[in-house]
Amino acid sequence: MSSRRTSAFVTAALAASAIAAHVTTAAPPEASATAADPVARGRYLVKVMVCNDCHTPWHMGPNGPEPDMSRELSGHPEGVAVTAPPALGGAWQWAGAGTNTAFAGPWGVSFTANLTPDPETGLGRWTPETFVAAIRSGRHEGQGRPILPPMPWPMYRNASDEDLRAIFAYLQSIPKVRNRVPQPIDPPAAN
Amino acid sequence: MLPARARRPALAALAFAAAAAAAGASSLATEPAEPRAPQRLSETGLYGPDGRLAATVERFVPQYPLWTDGARKSRFVQLPPGARIDVSDVDAWRFPTGTKVWKEFAWGERKVETRFIWKATDDGWVFATYVWNDAQTEAVLAPEAGLRNAHEIAPGKRHSIPAVDDCLACHGLAPSPVLGFSALQLSDDRDPLAPHAEPLPPGALTLRALVAQDRLRPRRPEWATTPPRIRERDPVARAALGYLSANCGGCHNDRGPLARLGLVLLHDVARDGERDAPEPARATAVGAAGRYVMPGLAPDDSRLVAPGDPGRSALLHRLGSRRPSSQMPPLGSVVADAEAVALVRAWIASLPVAHASR
Repeated sequence: MSSRRTSAFVTAALAASAIAAHVTTAAPPEASATAADPVARGRYLVKVMVCNDCHTPWHMGPNGPEPDMSRELSGHPEGVAVTAPPALGGAWQWAGAGTNTAFAGPWGVSFTANLTPDPETGLGRWTPETFVAAIRSGRHEGQGRPILPPMPWPMYRNASDEDLRAIFAYLQSIPKVRNRVPQPIDPPAAN
Repeated sequence: MLPARARRPALAALAFAAAAAAAGASSLATEPAEPRAPQRLSETGLYGPDGRLAATVERFVPQYPLWTDGARKSRFVQLPPGARIDVSDVDAWRFPTGTKVWKEFAWGERKVETRFIWKATDDGWVFATYVWNDAQTEAVLAPEAGLRNAHEIAPGKRHSIPAVDDCLACHGLAPSPVLGFSALQLSDDRDPLAPHAEPLPPGALTLRALVAQDRLRPRRPEWATTPPRIRERDPVARAALGYLSANCGGCHNDRGPLARLGLVLLHDVARDGERDAPEPARATAVGAAGRYVMPGLAPDDSRLVAPGDPGRSALLHRLGSRRPSSQMPPLGSVVADAEAVALVRAWIASLPVAHASR
């Protein structure tokens, strides 16, 4: 009896692990990554703060929509034209593009930024101070136009300097992707 | 509004590198460890016991005023007695500890807010703003997040009291945190075409007065005889570039974090003595391709300043825009400065098209 119960338990555990292996595409990030290795800590934070959900364009893969990791964190693809926002009204106040990199709402149309270290189109010329200032102030470059929804900077601004700098260190370590993200489109009502 | 560095150590550190380290290091037991702005304007030292301007407070008027939706402004400074301003870097003055600067904003006869910058320690500044009451008898410290839409200045347009973050976006990253008190702004060679130029009230502090009263180190006697001015012969160009220096140069300079953009609009007094030294704005904006592309134009057709072609000039477009994603300056104003837009348009239109090959 006892051995049968043990066997059943092991079987169940194996099944659970098989399901987990099927639905995850990579090993979980090291939760123990600390400030001793800022890039590792930054990699962990980027994953759990879901940066890839919006800053990596999604495409249709064999298992359904998934982030195109060949364009990791490179923002809205410049070749994907998004001109005018769709008609919205009633309960539907905002909409997102299939790439999950363009969003229309009362703020107009916003496009997610290229976070790779490309010097011309990404963050290659930013400093850690610029990055921290941008997240804390909610302003492009830390002093320019407002960073638009749905970027959750009002929550991220509560992160520690150490964590924000670790995120920036990781972003500077990933492959450069040359991709000039379009400027935001103003809402029609603005004057 | 609390002292900026108390809540924004990361950003404050950009401008005041050692401020955080100095916090709490006061040697006087009677002083608070962390300087904080008083709760009321009347406690800042601007006024004497009789409610009039304190005797040690002086007025000044920058020759190129910052545009704030037509606000009527009054500016005051209090320098510690006997102390001198370190002007060894002519483009980044260093003020003596204890310096206080105020700017009062009014629309019509209604005082709305008075902003206050105080060099409270050797390496740290306190930023605050005070909101006037309806009776116009006192102003109280504004909340850290500011007050949105606090006062109607035109139909459908409302002035917002800035948040601490807004203060630092302009003042925290400039060569000197006191933007309107510089060699060019206090020059006695005042520009008669400067938009919204204000007359000098009697006794107002100017560069010549600072030299005569021996309040600068080094002394800079040349500033009394040949006061700084925008290096442009054409009066329209002089006024346009002076305006851009005052309204845009706090961020767009070659010393702060935006230096990497390559757009320098801040006048550089250091090069005033050089023969044929171009104004930084002329050298970096005219014919240059900026990162911002004019709506409806191909990137190759859009220029920061397209000589002879205001319609392709992104700088002019953004100066005249009050759409959140394109307006410049990006904060502090909800109404475009029509007079300045006309001036800058005239300057761009006057530029020879030959510049396009730059």
